[in-house]
Amino acid sequence: MALLEILQLPDERLKQVSEPVEVFDDELRAFIADLEETRLNGPAAVGIAAPQVGMFKRVVIIDCSTTRKPVPNHGYMVLVNPEITKWDGFEKGREGCLSVPDYTGNVIRATKITLIAKDPYGEPLQFDMEGYEARAAQHEIDHLDGMLFVDRVVSRRTDLFKRKVYQDGGTGKKS
Amino acid sequence: MKATWFMLTMIGKDKPGMVAAISGALADHGVTLGETSMLRLGGNFTVMMMVSGAEDEQSLRNSLAPILESQGMCLHVDPIEGGLHKHVIPNVHVTVSGADRPGIVSQVTAVLAELGLNILDLESDVAGTEHKPIYIMQITAVSTLDIESIESALSAVRESGVSVSVSAIETYIG
Repeated sequence: MALLEILQLPDERLKQVSEPVEVFDDELRAFIADLEETRLNGPAAVGIAAPQVGMFKRVVIIDCSTTRKPVPNHGYMVLVNPEITKWDGFEKGREGCLSVPDYTGNVIRATKITLIAKDPYGEPLQFDMEGYEARAAQHEIDHLDGMLFVDRVVSRRTDLFKRKVYQDGGTGKKS
Repeated sequence: MKATWFMLTMIGKDKPGMVAAISGALADHGVTLGETSMLRLGGNFTVMMMVSGAEDEQSLRNSLAPILESQGMCLHVDPIEGGLHKHVIPNVHVTVSGADRPGIVSQVTAVLAELGLNILDLESDVAGTEHKPIYIMQITAVSTLDIESIESALSAVRESGVSVSVSAIETYIG
């Protein structure tokens, strides 16, 4: 086990798109153990994505079981090659990031999602997530696509309703 | 060396180009910006900005004098304590709305102050029409209390005909 170095803005590598995992071996699982150790070491980190430590593979970890007030969650999850297959609704919520210290801002995310992924052994997973946990998955999957939450932060005066109408008129996938 | 910060407050009748003029004048004199808040209030453009890199208050005033005149803005300068990287993460959001009348802000914030809640950000606006104005306020704050305690403390406000909702802000870090 080892603590990995977290890339921070303005490191350009955070903008890199990560590659799907093809080999589910001990090396992958050893990396996941290090990634988890790094997440737990981060100040109040709920999730982490592999590219945040300079590994450009589609791996994320989230654990929404430790919020102040309990939220619907599936506990500790390692999601390899995660893909969101369904989106529903939009809501504004506050986010911060290990790669962007000392900044939090409001981001609009889908309220409910269905997600498919592989576990560290390559077995298929599927989850229906809502609220905070759905937000976590969307934030981390963004990292895999080289997208940071600061690219999505909305003004405190942003009218969610107007945004929602706009979003519904789009493809519903990316704003 | 520790940076010396000033807080600039500037106000003028809103028109395009004000931010470019102010920030251009400051940049030309080697002054850098810290945290800022700039917004239009009632047809005026209001600017509050932390700046550093100026020799003293007079040199700041001299740098800005030409554009204040051309933009029709007035300036207020205060030396301030503190600096960057002092953010506090909010954990409570309070939304208030109701028919506009004097005292809504006072009534709500008196309760919050009594609870020891620290307001980080408050924005309020008057919506509706001239005949039927509606007051809308959003407060982002930090509190050590749970949401239910804050909710129940505000029940008297609610009974006076103002709708108030309190929600927890659970900031996602990942």
